[in-house]
Amino acid sequence: MLFGTIDPVTLVAALIVASVPILLAATGELVVEKAGVLNLGVEGMMITGAIGGFIIAVATGSPAMGFLGGAIAGALLSLIFAFLTQFLLTNQVATGLALTLFGLGLSSLLGQGYNGIKPPATHPLPFGPLADLPVLGPILFGHDLLVYLSVALVAGTAWVMGRTRLGLIIRAVGENHDAAHSLGYKVVRVRVLCILFGGAMAGLGGAYLSLVRVPQWTDGITAGAGWIALAIVVFASWRPWRVLLGAWLFGGISVLQLNLQAAGSAIPVEYLSMSPYLVTILVLVVMSSGRGRAAVNAPASLGQGFHASQ
Amino acid sequence: MKRRHLLASAAAGLALAFAGAAQAQMDKVKACFVYVGPIGDGGWTYQHHQGALDVQKAFGDKVEIAWQESVPEGADAERVMTQMALSGCNIIFATSFGYMDAVNAVAAKFPNVKFEHATGFKREHPNVSTYNARFYEGRAVQGTIAGRMTKTNKIGYIASYPIPEVIMGINSYFLHARKVNPDVELSVVWAFTWFDPAKEADAARALIDQGVDVIASHTDSTAPLAEAAKTGGKVIGFGQASDMAEYKPTPRVSSIIDNWGPYYVKRVGALLDGTYEQADAWEGIAGGEVLIGEITEAVPPEVKAEAEAMRDAIAAGTYHPFTGPINKQDGTPWLAEGEVAPDGDLLGMDFYIEGIKGEIPR
Amino acid sequence: MLRLERRPNPSRFWLYATPPVAVVLTMIAGGLLFAAMGKDPVAVIRTIFWEPLFGDFAFYLRGQLLVKAGPLILIAIGLAMGFRAGIWNIGAEGQYIMGAICGAAVGLAVYPTESRLIFPVMVLAGALGGWAWAMIPAILRTRFNTNEILVSLMLVYVAETILAKAATGFLRNPDGMGFPGSRNFSSYPAAANAELFAGSGLHWGGVTAVFVALAAHVLLRHHVLGYQIRLAGQAPRAARFHGVDPTRLVIFCMGLSGALAGLAGLFEVAGPAGQISIDFNSGYGFTAIIVAFLGRLNPLGIVLAGLLMALTYVGGEMASTNMGLPAAAIQVFQGMLLFFLLGVDVLTNYRIRPVKGAR
Repeated sequence: MLFGTIDPVTLVAALIVASVPILLAATGELVVEKAGVLNLGVEGMMITGAIGGFIIAVATGSPAMGFLGGAIAGALLSLIFAFLTQFLLTNQVATGLALTLFGLGLSSLLGQGYNGIKPPATHPLPFGPLADLPVLGPILFGHDLLVYLSVALVAGTAWVMGRTRLGLIIRAVGENHDAAHSLGYKVVRVRVLCILFGGAMAGLGGAYLSLVRVPQWTDGITAGAGWIALAIVVFASWRPWRVLLGAWLFGGISVLQLNLQAAGSAIPVEYLSMSPYLVTILVLVVMSSGRGRAAVNAPASLGQGFHASQ
Repeated sequence: MKRRHLLASAAAGLALAFAGAAQAQMDKVKACFVYVGPIGDGGWTYQHHQGALDVQKAFGDKVEIAWQESVPEGADAERVMTQMALSGCNIIFATSFGYMDAVNAVAAKFPNVKFEHATGFKREHPNVSTYNARFYEGRAVQGTIAGRMTKTNKIGYIASYPIPEVIMGINSYFLHARKVNPDVELSVVWAFTWFDPAKEADAARALIDQGVDVIASHTDSTAPLAEAAKTGGKVIGFGQASDMAEYKPTPRVSSIIDNWGPYYVKRVGALLDGTYEQADAWEGIAGGEVLIGEITEAVPPEVKAEAEAMRDAIAAGTYHPFTGPINKQDGTPWLAEGEVAPDGDLLGMDFYIEGIKGEIPR
Repeated sequence: MLRLERRPNPSRFWLYATPPVAVVLTMIAGGLLFAAMGKDPVAVIRTIFWEPLFGDFAFYLRGQLLVKAGPLILIAIGLAMGFRAGIWNIGAEGQYIMGAICGAAVGLAVYPTESRLIFPVMVLAGALGGWAWAMIPAILRTRFNTNEILVSLMLVYVAETILAKAATGFLRNPDGMGFPGSRNFSSYPAAANAELFAGSGLHWGGVTAVFVALAAHVLLRHHVLGYQIRLAGQAPRAARFHGVDPTRLVIFCMGLSGALAGLAGLFEVAGPAGQISIDFNSGYGFTAIIVAFLGRLNPLGIVLAGLLMALTYVGGEMASTNMGLPAAAIQVFQGMLLFFLLGVDVLTNYRIRPVKGAR
């Protein structure tokens, strides 16, 4: 038996929770990239959201206010990126990396004095008897609000991007900004709003880390989750539902390898430790092989600056 | 340009300036600290910085302290320490194992600056001392509590990297849990990182899902305790590095607190009054470097008494946590009846003791 | 209301004037930050920008600038080639690690033999290690159309695990009493990348960085491959029309950046770092991406950008130690500097004009 004493139900329940921060941040980044903007500052926005949410939650005593605060903090930080890349036309890759550096430093400054504090607790939603159902109970009815919200946000994003005029505009801007501009769309405005959305989602993901997953404030709490979120967007070929798949795959393997260790598996630990990364690569290779570049689905204007010059 | 000296000649110049100062009393000492992480890590570096602040408190105006956070190993550490020595630090505390070779390289160039290296073993020059804390003593107390408290007979340990310090802790924890509960089994999860709170949470949950009900960790965040708290009292754990009192009385039933203040105060004090000597310090509960945080009311009184008795016996020097007979994992004898583990064996420990399942990653 | 108007040609004046302007703006904004934290802003700024170059300990710190800038420049030049061609290797950190491991493994395998050949062979092994690690995303991209951003990034984490395994297992110092970490190359002269002049901070890595910068400059300007790289980045279709083979270009650019990152890792492990340890890598591979763009993907610009970054590290460290500033404040300051450097650059290509009435 591959799984030995590991119970698949608890495993699935665990991976759903573990992948929430990455899922939120990746969904936000997907919209940003769909609009043709590559923001590598996800890690910086996440951690700013983590401390912003933490401070607000501690001050108000309300986790809900904390999540809101985290989203706002992430969005505020992304505003710097939006201003630089959209109005001053800076290189997006470099600006995003600088944003991560800035965000890591800023969060650490803001977080001084917040060590060793326990934030207000976030509880699972009360589903009553549903939560006690076998199999379905722990998987579907045992989580806190943000878990459901994150999946809802994926669904909402998929719907908006695929079925609405707004989604069409965003995609048009990302595919060919000159054409979108000549059709009368406000390229810069659309992109700025998408960047803010991405920042808010990353901030929300960060707040989930500092308020639910860990829950405490320490410097560098995101520990690279933002980078994984970026990778998941690529993994998903810019499709919302595949972001969910990617986040669950990555989160699932991460949780599985720890479970295998805990269960005393014979597989050497270092291979288990590498497995989330290797499996992600492998699955992407299988999914992307045999198709043309077009099927990879990257927005054509990704990473290019736009200036409406007549 | 007159400043275009080579480093060696500059060092020699400084050496002359401070000649004789080593043995004599000093009016004022500048004590400098090199940290591997940010002070805000709430764990390893935070505790060292508390020790630095204790020094300031103890000596007031007679001491000036300076520090540098998040210094990577290798060239960066060497530069930071050189810069500190050049700018007048009299004693430099390098608080991570990875600084070992850098400490010795810089110490060679600044014979009149004292270097103190945490958790290392190389003292290539008379001005290099090493210091460490016997955290395994605290693990013995935790193991006793774990063995008595577990209902599933499964206890867990979240480990960082397979290095002697960590393996020593695992062995001590398991040994003492087995001693009071022969049926106990240990699950070890290697996180392969020093710092990733979310991964620590996942590791704790994996252990809990495997039926583990007592978790110890060698990583510094409160994430494992937070996971334990979600089980409604079924799973307990321990504070690590700091007390983590916010999770009292349960799941945090006790803790190991790194307490570097006493050692730092002692060494800086010795420098001030002229009694400083090279040292190889490895103190534990007795020296006050390892503190056992309050054992809470979640632990039954008789277990608490037993754990405290062990703590006191270790402090009094009447009990050594690694006292034979102890066999290695493969059954070969390590310590004979009544034999106490030599420090060398502990410092280089790269084997599990008998009864632990699984392998150390190699 | 202001608006930007594209210049017909980039302004030569602003091309050279924007970096100083950005630095001055950073000094003002950073000064405000430091003042808000209760420190003397002038003293802090002076410590960061002046002390390492001309202060009391400049004789030592100037060399340290080279130690710090060397790997950044070496890696950034390789990356810049790929970035110009639209090939996104963001896993240089992993290639750096693998170069160090492979190079060190060769040196440690023959310990303690003394031969003049050892170090050159290590250099070769380091470059090969980085190259091989970069070939994984390159081949996956050319054969299976797999996105190189994801693969190269994921392989960083894999490389880190291998590094931990090397430090605690197969490269561990047999005389190290069980402690993690390899032998130190400083006590193995035949394999050491020692300073070329004592106290200068200059080692073979710095020399190689300068040489590579010049070679890259010539390649981009005067060689057909350089032309192909530029063309592939600016106009992929035209490039294909002109006979540029995209597969070969990916293999070349990824391989080059991997090999250079591997070299940087080898020079670091055999020189300034001295040994393989669990935390051997300290982020050069990621910082180099910023350096590449700050240098406008131009080899000579990258040399200057690498030195500037090194200055903010070394000077920032001094400010932090000597004035009690948190390391995070320096990070924020570095972030600001990058923002200004990138932002002010708009003046090179655009004019700012007031707008009257509606657009």
